[in-house]
Amino acid sequence: MDQILLDYLPIAVLIGIGIFFAVLLPSLSVSLGPKPPKDRNLAPYESGMVAIGEAQRRLPVKFYRIAVLFILFDVDIILLVPWAVAFRKLGVYGLVAMLIFMVMFILGDAWVWKKGVLEWE
Amino acid sequence: MNIAELFPKLLDLTVFDYLRSVWGNAPWVEVVLDIIAILTVSTFALLLVFLLGWTERKVLARMQDRIGPNRVGGRFGQLQMVADVVKMMTKEMIIPAGADRIAYFAAPILSLMTSLLLFAVLPFAPGLIGVDLNVGVFYVLSISSVSVVALLLAGWGSNNKYALLGAFRSVAQLVSYEVPMILSILVPILLARSMSTVGLVEAQPIPFFFYAPLSAVIFFVASLAETGRSPFDLLEAESEIIAGFHTEYTGMVFGLFMAAEYIGIIFMSALFVTAYWSGYRLFGLENVVLNGLQLGRILGFLVIAGKTAVVFFLFMWIRATLPRFRIDQLLNFGWKFLVPLSIVLIFVVVILDKVLVEVGLVGGSNEVVRMGIHLVSNLLIGWATIEILRRRAKTARQDYEAEAAARDAARVTAPAHAD
Repeated sequence: MDQILLDYLPIAVLIGIGIFFAVLLPSLSVSLGPKPPKDRNLAPYESGMVAIGEAQRRLPVKFYRIAVLFILFDVDIILLVPWAVAFRKLGVYGLVAMLIFMVMFILGDAWVWKKGVLEWE
Repeated sequence: MNIAELFPKLLDLTVFDYLRSVWGNAPWVEVVLDIIAILTVSTFALLLVFLLGWTERKVLARMQDRIGPNRVGGRFGQLQMVADVVKMMTKEMIIPAGADRIAYFAAPILSLMTSLLLFAVLPFAPGLIGVDLNVGVFYVLSISSVSVVALLLAGWGSNNKYALLGAFRSVAQLVSYEVPMILSILVPILLARSMSTVGLVEAQPIPFFFYAPLSAVIFFVASLAETGRSPFDLLEAESEIIAGFHTEYTGMVFGLFMAAEYIGIIFMSALFVTAYWSGYRLFGLENVVLNGLQLGRILGFLVIAGKTAVVFFLFMWIRATLPRFRIDQLLNFGWKFLVPLSIVLIFVVVILDKVLVEVGLVGGSNEVVRMGIHLVSNLLIGWATIEILRRRAKTARQDYEAEAAARDAARVTAPAHAD
């Protein structure tokens, strides 16, 4: 196998351990816990009232705006991280190129701010 | 091999060579050694939850002028968390009506798994690390964004309006603070020129906090928000949305979320220490060798444990002190303050570092000069930021006062209808 894949083998093992614990502990809970009659107590909790309507409903668009904004910013930032490691080797050209990129980044931020995307309500 | 021989071998890590010599050099041996290392790390992380849960309850109680746990397992209630876990195990398990079963059960599993996965790249002492990835910080950032998916699954899967609302709020918060967090941890990466967590520690004879205190503060605030701690505990604002995304979870399934939260907090404190306070290093204590016994490993571990405990104490202190943010204030603080500030910071650090390299002020005795220049630039940015904020606050206050005065004047000149 590739060395680079072998590096990630412990991670795969850890995923297995995580799933093992996360399945084991609740199943203990299932076998040890009381089993009262399950009629009313399965109803979704709504402060003691009978739940009205579906819970999986439409939500305000402002959450969506934040999520889209995050994706845009995240893609930008992810490009910065490898550059941060290598920027001394990249020389002045790498520096100037990334500074221009970051200016565009800031312009985008300013535009989003001015458009009122960040306003909540 | 008896215990007296095993101990030094454990310390200088030749125990792995010993195992290799016994078992031969087959490829599966490496796999087994990896599994041993990772089992140690994950068991350690899971056991930490007991310790930290108890510590937090005790410290918070003291801060609020209470005694806290004092019955189970002695006068300090040392076994309180064990009792809690037993209690959670023997609770009724509920799958709410109309729940999406796959999403409902995938959420806690994913949540615990991601926080355990983070511990794989945390350096505990020289050579003592689950797996030293060359993209360690990158790995941390990508894994911690998966935990957002767990929240969303929990909120969507449990067919509860509070859970859904809580999940959406938390996701908005977590993704908003991920941006300043990545931007601020870029500064240590820039200074160390390495993404590996071990590389970060090795590059810090002087802790990076003294190069970039502003970046450290931004990272600390963002990590408070990322772990959903007070004052950013909108994830489970119990006075507004019952318990947020885990409203419908009972027993040990809820316990998984709690364990994941504690593991996440301790990892964030440890990452803060690793990136800004030179991890396990403290005046060369980590390299102490006594009679051929590599004591440095134990000392290094104690050093990082102590530093992490201090940061964790800060987390608790802030939780006991500050009230909760409103969500619009929270998002404004993230997007309009932390993000621009950290971008400016990266600009300055990059240009300064380039200039310093060109001048030749790098390494050796020049390191202190380099640190000083970075520190001064950071303090200048911090001062300018505070000055800008102060002026804006001043104009806002003046506007408000002028408005109030106009209102008062209108009231005085208005015809008195009492006559």
